[in-house]
Amino acid sequence: MSDVSPTMAAIEARQLRKKPLPDFRVGDTVKVYVLIKEGEKERSQVFEGVVMKKHHAGVRASFAVRKVSYGVGVERVFPLHTPRIDRIEVVAKGRVRRARLYYLRDLAGKAARIREQE
Amino acid sequence: MSALRTGLLGKKLGMTQVFTEQGDLRSVTAIHAGGCVVIGKRTVEKDGYTAVRLGYGEKPLRLANRPEKGVFAPNGLAPQRFVREVRVTEKDLEKYEVGKAVPLDALFKPGTYVDVIGTSKGKGYQGVMKLHHMPGFRATHGTHEFFRHGGSIGCRLTPGRVHRGKRMSAHMGCDRRTVQNLTLLQILPEENVLLVGGSVPGAKNAFVEIRNATKKTGAVKLRGTGEQQEKSKNPMKASKAAAGAAKAPKK
Repeated sequence: MSDVSPTMAAIEARQLRKKPLPDFRVGDTVKVYVLIKEGEKERSQVFEGVVMKKHHAGVRASFAVRKVSYGVGVERVFPLHTPRIDRIEVVAKGRVRRARLYYLRDLAGKAARIREQE
Repeated sequence: MSALRTGLLGKKLGMTQVFTEQGDLRSVTAIHAGGCVVIGKRTVEKDGYTAVRLGYGEKPLRLANRPEKGVFAPNGLAPQRFVREVRVTEKDLEKYEVGKAVPLDALFKPGTYVDVIGTSKGKGYQGVMKLHHMPGFRATHGTHEFFRHGGSIGCRLTPGRVHRGKRMSAHMGCDRRTVQNLTLLQILPEENVLLVGGSVPGAKNAFVEIRNATKKTGAVKLRGTGEQQEKSKNPMKASKAAAGAAKAPKK
């Protein structure tokens, strides 16, 4: 009867992603394969862009990807552990000196490029 | 609506978030409700109504006083910190066995509504702006030391007193509060934890009472479940949906 109440950590651990994602960092260009439901069928859609920030917070961890689509900047924040992310491909490793690349919002075209890591 | 509801006692563990089967992110409060024991029963013959007495949270024998020992010891139970009665129907009363723990999944089903009762966090002595959402006073035009006041509290010689019930600064929080119609999203049987959508009154490790919802019964409609989900009620949009459906087979 003496039932030790579980910790929040134990409850949150159940929510963690089963298949680990590849190691990617802020500044990298990634392809995020997002599962979307179309009626009955499920297919994955690619969202490719630069990782702008990563928020490390256990199950609540998230990351933001920015891309410029038809001249319009699009940023998408993904929960890291969401089952809707099928997989992630790292297209290019970027060399950046910030943890949060908010400055990309003010830049466009050539200036918004990120130097690739050797 | 069922007149008598089942309920359990538990402890608020804290808040977190979970993904639903559809992949949606939902904020939840984890409530530990395991080891909730039946201390006694109220019967029509003896008490005029039917209910079960539940206890949650063991405490050492040395902390129990004599009346408490008299209640718990005959049933072979350890003294409990949190004791409440839960009204049940006469038929349901037979299902409970004195001295036994109540299993979680026997009472609650995921995807239904629950009410959670707890004691809200104490806020101390608070002014009218925080307590009653009064607007305060203007910051300029000569206002002096009157910024967070509630303004006038009454009239003059008539009636010569402050009206009863006038909202003024007072102690806030530490009250029994019921949050109704929360979604019971998941039950974790191994951990004896209920995951309830949204927030629940009280601090972490505070005792709470969980009951089947009085006002909302039946299954919760989550996004992406049910067949009628796709169809819009707007007639303008419905015609468009029909057009889309007609086109679809051609693809």
